[in-house]
Amino acid sequence: MGLTAIFFYVFAMGTVASAFMVIVTRNPVHAVMFLILAFVNAAGIFMLNGAEFLALLLIVVYVGAVAVLFLFVVMMLDVDFAELREGFLQYLPMGGLVGLIVLAELLMVLGAWTFAPGAVGEAVQPIPDLNQISNIEALGNLLYTRYIFFFQLAGLILLVAMIGAIVLTLHHRENVKRQDIGTQVARSRESAVEMRKVKSGEGL
Amino acid sequence: MTMHFFIDTYVIPGLIMVGQSLLLLVALLIFVAYIIYADRKIWAAVQMRRGPNVVGPWGLLQSFADMLKFIFKEPVIPAVSSKVVFLLAPLVSVTLGLAAWAVVPVADNWVVANINIGVLFIFAVSSLEVYGVIMGGWASNSKYAFLGALRSAAQMVSYEVSMGFVIITVLLCVGSLNLTDVVMSQQDGIGTMLGLAPSFLDWHWLALFPMFIIFFISALAETNRPPFDLPEAESELVAGFMVEYGSSPYMLYMLGEYVSIVLMCAMTTILFLGGWLPPYDHAILNWIPGIFWFVLKTCMVFFMFSLVKAFVPRYRYDQLMRLGWKVFLPISLFMVFATALVLQITGWAP
Repeated sequence: MGLTAIFFYVFAMGTVASAFMVIVTRNPVHAVMFLILAFVNAAGIFMLNGAEFLALLLIVVYVGAVAVLFLFVVMMLDVDFAELREGFLQYLPMGGLVGLIVLAELLMVLGAWTFAPGAVGEAVQPIPDLNQISNIEALGNLLYTRYIFFFQLAGLILLVAMIGAIVLTLHHRENVKRQDIGTQVARSRESAVEMRKVKSGEGL
Repeated sequence: MTMHFFIDTYVIPGLIMVGQSLLLLVALLIFVAYIIYADRKIWAAVQMRRGPNVVGPWGLLQSFADMLKFIFKEPVIPAVSSKVVFLLAPLVSVTLGLAAWAVVPVADNWVVANINIGVLFIFAVSSLEVYGVIMGGWASNSKYAFLGALRSAAQMVSYEVSMGFVIITVLLCVGSLNLTDVVMSQQDGIGTMLGLAPSFLDWHWLALFPMFIIFFISALAETNRPPFDLPEAESELVAGFMVEYGSSPYMLYMLGEYVSIVLMCAMTTILFLGGWLPPYDHAILNWIPGIFWFVLKTCMVFFMFSLVKAFVPRYRYDQLMRLGWKVFLPISLFMVFATALVLQITGWAP
C-alpha cells in the first residue's frame, strides 16, 4: 500500500502543479504543453485506481487528438498578451462567477462524501470483482446492454455536430479546377506520351 | 512493515523488472543498429551500389561509427528557440518509442509487462509520438521546421484512425486486448478449420487479408517511411521538422524513428503473422525457440519496408491524404462492420 500512496501523491502533485502552470506561464504553447502534462498525470491516477481503460482512453482521445488540435491552433494564432491583459477586468466578473460555481459544486460533491457516506455508496453501480472480469469487459457489458440508448444518442449528437461543422465551413465554389482521381488514374501511356523524331536544327 | 517483507515485495521484483527492461533495451538497440545497416544495404543493393562497407568487416560496425560521430559533434541550438522544448522533443520521441516495447511479447511469456490492455497501451503511446514532432518543429523557431512538423503531424494523425480500425477487426477475432492472447488465438484458424495441422494458414493475415495490407501501408505512413516520407523528402526538401537539429539530438530523433519502425514491424508480426508461433506444427520447428521465429518474422516485415523504400516513388501530399481518409478509412470501417457481422452470424465470436 505504501508504494501506491507514494505514486498517488506524485501523480496528484504533478496534476495540480501542471494545472497551475497552465494559467501562470506567459507562453500559450507552453501552457498547452502543461495541460498535456496534467492530462497524463490524471491518467496515472486513473491507472492507480484500477481504471486502466479510462486512463488509456484519456491519453488516446485527449492527449493524442484533442490536445494536438489545441496545439495546432495556439501555434498558428499570433496571441498578443498586452492586448489580452487590457480586457482582463472586463472578463473578471464572468470568469469569477464560473469559478465560484465550480467551487460550490466541488464542495457539494466533497461534502456529500463526508456528511452522507451512504448516498455515495448508493450511486455506485455494483461492479464485478476485478479478479473475475477485466475492466474493458465490464465496461462493454454495461455500455452495450444497459446504456445502449444513451451510447447511441451520444454518437448521434457527435454525428450531427460533425455534419454541422462541415456544412458551415464547406463552400463549393464554381470555376475552380479540381482533380478527378478517376481520370488521372485512367490515363493511358498513349494519351500522355508521344514519341517524335526531331531533326537537329529544327523545332517541332 | 518489516524490512524482510519490504525487500520481498518491492526490492526484488523491482530489480527483476529493471533487469528485464535493461536486457530488452540493450537487445533492441543493438537490433536497431543492424536494422539501420540492413536498410542501407538493401537500398544500396536495389540501386546496384555497395552501401556501407568500410567500417568493420562488410561495414558491420557502420551504425556504431555513426553513433560516435553524432555524439562527439557539438549540438547547435538556434539562438531564439525555446531551448528546453527544443532539447526535450527528441527525448520525448525516443522515450515513447522505447516505452511501447514494455508490453510487446517477444516469445511465450517473454514480456516485461503482460498487461490486459497491451494493444491499447501501444496505441496510446504511438498516438503520443506526434508530440516529439510538433514540439521539435515549433521549438526550432524556423518556418521550414514548423511547416514540416505540421505536415508530419497531420500525416501521423490521419493514418492512426484507419490503423485503429484495423486493430479493432483483429481484436474482434481475438476477444482480448492482451498481446499474448492475440498471438495464442492464432494457433487455430482457417487451416485447422479445413482439417490441416496448425500452420501459417491459421494466422490472421489470411483470414483478414485486406486488413493486413492496409495495416502495412498505414504503418509506412505512420512512421514517415517512403513512399510517404513527405516531411523529409530527401531529394526535394530540407529535412522537415528536424532541419535545425544536429549531433546527439538529431541522433535521438533518428533512433526514435527506427525504434518505432521496428515496433510497427513487431506489431504486424503479432497481429497478423502469428508472433512467435512456428510456421508449421512439426517437432523440429517447435523445438526452435519462439524468439527466433519472432525476430525472423519481424526482419521479414522490415525487409518489405525497405524494399518499398527502394522501389516505390514518393506520393504527393494530396494523394497521401486522399488515400488515408477516402480509401483506407471507409474500407477499414466497413471491414469492422463486416467482421463483427460474420462473427455474430457464424457464432465464431470468442
